[in-house]
Amino acid sequence: MDAALLSRIQFALTVGFHFIFPPLTIGMAWLIVIMQTLYLKTKNELYRTISQFWIKLFAISFVMGVATGIVMEFQFGTNWSEYSRFVGDIFGAPLAAEGIFAFFLESAFIGVLIWGKDRVSKVFYWFSALMVALGSTLSAFWIIVANSWMQTPAGFHIVNGRAELTDFWSAVFNPSTVPRYLHTVDGTLITGAFFVMGISAHYLLKKKHLDFAKNSLKIALIAALAASLLQCALGHYHAVQVAETQPEKLAAFEGAFETEKGAPLLLFGIPDAEAETTRFAIGIPKLLSWVAFGDFNAEVKGLKDFPRDEWPPLGITFTSFHLMVALGSYFILLTLVGIYLLYSGKIYTHRFYQKLLLYSIPLPFIANELGWTAAEVGRQPWIVYKVMKTIDGASFTVPAVQILFSIIIFTAIYIVLFSAWIYLLRKKINDGPGESLEPGKEVTI
Amino acid sequence: MTLETLQAAWFILVAVLITGYALLDGFDLGIGSLHLFTKTEEERKTMFYTIGPFWDSNQVWLLTGGGAIFAAFPMVYATVFSGFYLALMLLLFALIFRAVSIEFQHLVPCPRWKRAWDWGFALGSILPSVLFGVAMGNILRGIPLDAEHNFTGSFFDLLNPYSLLLGLVSLAMFTMHGAAFLAAKTEGPLEEKARRWGRSAWLAYVPLFLTGTVWSYASTPRLFENFFHQPVLLVLPLMAVIGMVLYPTALKRDKWKPFMASALNILGVLGIAAASLFPYLVPSNPDLANSLTIYNASSSQLTLTVMLILALTGMPLVILYSSYIYKKFTGSAKTHPTVSKINFPG
Repeated sequence: MDAALLSRIQFALTVGFHFIFPPLTIGMAWLIVIMQTLYLKTKNELYRTISQFWIKLFAISFVMGVATGIVMEFQFGTNWSEYSRFVGDIFGAPLAAEGIFAFFLESAFIGVLIWGKDRVSKVFYWFSALMVALGSTLSAFWIIVANSWMQTPAGFHIVNGRAELTDFWSAVFNPSTVPRYLHTVDGTLITGAFFVMGISAHYLLKKKHLDFAKNSLKIALIAALAASLLQCALGHYHAVQVAETQPEKLAAFEGAFETEKGAPLLLFGIPDAEAETTRFAIGIPKLLSWVAFGDFNAEVKGLKDFPRDEWPPLGITFTSFHLMVALGSYFILLTLVGIYLLYSGKIYTHRFYQKLLLYSIPLPFIANELGWTAAEVGRQPWIVYKVMKTIDGASFTVPAVQILFSIIIFTAIYIVLFSAWIYLLRKKINDGPGESLEPGKEVTI
Repeated sequence: MTLETLQAAWFILVAVLITGYALLDGFDLGIGSLHLFTKTEEERKTMFYTIGPFWDSNQVWLLTGGGAIFAAFPMVYATVFSGFYLALMLLLFALIFRAVSIEFQHLVPCPRWKRAWDWGFALGSILPSVLFGVAMGNILRGIPLDAEHNFTGSFFDLLNPYSLLLGLVSLAMFTMHGAAFLAAKTEGPLEEKARRWGRSAWLAYVPLFLTGTVWSYASTPRLFENFFHQPVLLVLPLMAVIGMVLYPTALKRDKWKPFMASALNILGVLGIAAASLFPYLVPSNPDLANSLTIYNASSSQLTLTVMLILALTGMPLVILYSSYIYKKFTGSAKTHPTVSKINFPG
C-alpha cells in the first residue's frame, strides 16, 4: 500500500480515537463547574458528593484525552512533513498557542481537582474546576482554529514556495472558525450532559443512590435541553457558512448534482457518483435553498458545476452528515420529552424513558464522530482547501512499512486502553457515589 | 526587531522549553525509572503520589516545545519528526502508556491490574529518558540530510554508539533528578532508598558524562567552537560541574539541596547542548552545507513576531500559577494527612 494512504488511515485512527474523549471531558467540566457552584452557594453536602463522583469519572476520561492527544502534537511532522513545510508558518502558531494558553492551564489545575480536595480551600477548588473547564474549552478553540484554516484558509500569501502569514487575526478568525467552534463546543455540552443523564438514569433504574441520581439528572437534563436546542441554531449557522465558503462540500452533504433554484432538502438518498444522481431521494421541496440562503428560490450549486476531480467522496460525506442531523433531531426530541416528564413529576418513575436515557449515552459520541467525518471527508481532495492537495502533503521519506507498523501498534494500544477505560467506568459506576475503596482490600478481576 | 534577532530569540525560547521539560518532567521520568526497584505496595503508592499532581503539566512543556518548533522552525519539525519516524513512534507509545498507567494503577485494588500498570509506568519512563538522549546525540553529531533537508538515513543509523551513550547519560541524569525529588518528598525507609538510588545513579552518570564529553570533542570538534569564541558561555559547563559535584554530598543529609544540585546540573547540560549547536538546529553530517539553521529553517518575520508576543504574555502567567500550585503541594508526601490514610483519588 502506498505511504500517503497509510498516513491518512493512521491520522483518521488517531484523531478519531482521541476525539472520543475531549468532547466528553469538556462537556463534563462545565457541568462540574455548575455542581461546584451549587455546592458553594447552598453549602448542601449532596452537591459535594455529586461533583466528587463526576470528577472521578471525569478524571478517568481526561487522562485518556491527554494520552491520546500527545500524538496530535507530533504527527503532522511525522506523517505530513510536506504539509508541515508548506503551511508551518501559519499552522504551527495555533498549536503552540494551544500549549501556552490551554494545556498548561488545564493540566496545572486538573492536578488540584484530582489530588487537592483536602489541600485547598473550597473556593480555590471551585476556581480550579473553572480553570480546567476554561483551559479545555480554550484548547478546543486553538485546535479548531488550526483545522478551520485548512477548511477556509485566510490571512496568507504564497511566497518562497510556502504559505506565509500576512494577517494573524484573519488567519485565526478565518470564515469557518467561529461557526465550527460554537458548533463543536455545543456538541461537547450535549455529550457531557447525556453521559451524566444516562448514568443517573441507570441508578434510578437500579433504585440506588436516588437523591444523588435525581439531582444529577435534573442538572444534566436542563443542560442537555439547552445545548440540543442551541445546536439547531448553531448547526444552521455552520451550514450557512459551508454553503457560502465550500459550496461543493454542501453539494456533497446534500447529494445535489444539478445546480438548481429552489433546491430540496433530502431526508434520504444514496448518491451515485458514477451515474451522477442521487437514488431513492426523498426530500422536502425548496427547503435547502431556504436553509442555506434564507430564500426558497435561491440557487444551490450542484456537484456538476465543479471539476470532477475536486469532488469529495460522496457516500461517506452524505451519509455521515445525514446521520448526524438525524441524531441532533433525536437529542432535541428526547430532551423535550424529558423536560415534560420532569415538570409533570413522572421522570423519576418512568422506566422506559430512563432506559432510553441510558442507551442514548453513546449517541452524542457518534454524532461528534459523524460531524467530524462529514467535515473532513467533505474537504477532500484538499488538505488545505483550494491550496494544497492531501496527496501532496504526506511525508515521502517515511517507508510505508513503518507506517503500517505504527498503525498496528496504535490499534493494539487503543484496544487495550479503550477496554481499560470502559472497565474502570463500569467499576466506578457500580461502586457508586460516596463509597470509596478500602485500602488493602484485594479483589481479583 | 530584525529577522536575525527574532530567529535567535526563538532559538533561545525553544531551548528554554526543552530545558523546562527536562527540569520538570525529568524528575517524574526519573521516579518512573526507579518505580520497579521497590517491591512494596505502599512505597509504589507513595511514588505515584509524589508526582500525581504534577506530571501532566510537566509533560505539557514537551507538547508546547513541539508546537513552538512547528511554529518557529517548521523545517526542523518536518525534517526531524519524519526522519526520526520510528523513534518518535516509540516515544509516543511509551508516553501514552505512561500517562494512563499513572492515573489508572491505583484505581483497582487487584495485584494483576497493578503489576501491569507498574510496568507501563516504568518502561514508559525509561524509554523516553533514553530516547531524549539518543535524539540529542543525533542532533549534536548531525544526521545525513540532502539538499532539500530531507533525512536520508535509516532508523538504525540513529542507534549509533555515540547517541546510545548519550541516551544512557540522560537516563542517569533524570534518574538522579527523580531520586532527589523522591528523597525530598518522602520520609522513612523510602527516603533512605531514594538517597541510595540517587547515589548509584550519580556513580553511573559521572563517568558516562565524561566519556560523552571526550567523545564529542574527538568526533565533533565543531561543538566546542562557540565556547572558544564566547568564553562567557563557559558558565554553562561550570553550572553542570558544580551541580554534579554538590549532588552526592548534599544527598547524604539535605532535603531539597540534592534536587537543586541536580537541577543546576540539568540546566548546565541542556545549556551546553544549546550553546554548542547555535546557530545550527539540525547539522547535516557529513554535508554540513545541507544543515538546517535558525536562518534557513525559520518562519516568517511576522509569524515569529506574533508568536513572540504570545509567548511572552502567556508563559509568565503559566509560571505564576504553576508555581502557586506547586507551593500548595509542597511538603513531604508521607507527613501529609491525606497520605497517611492513603487517600487516593478515585
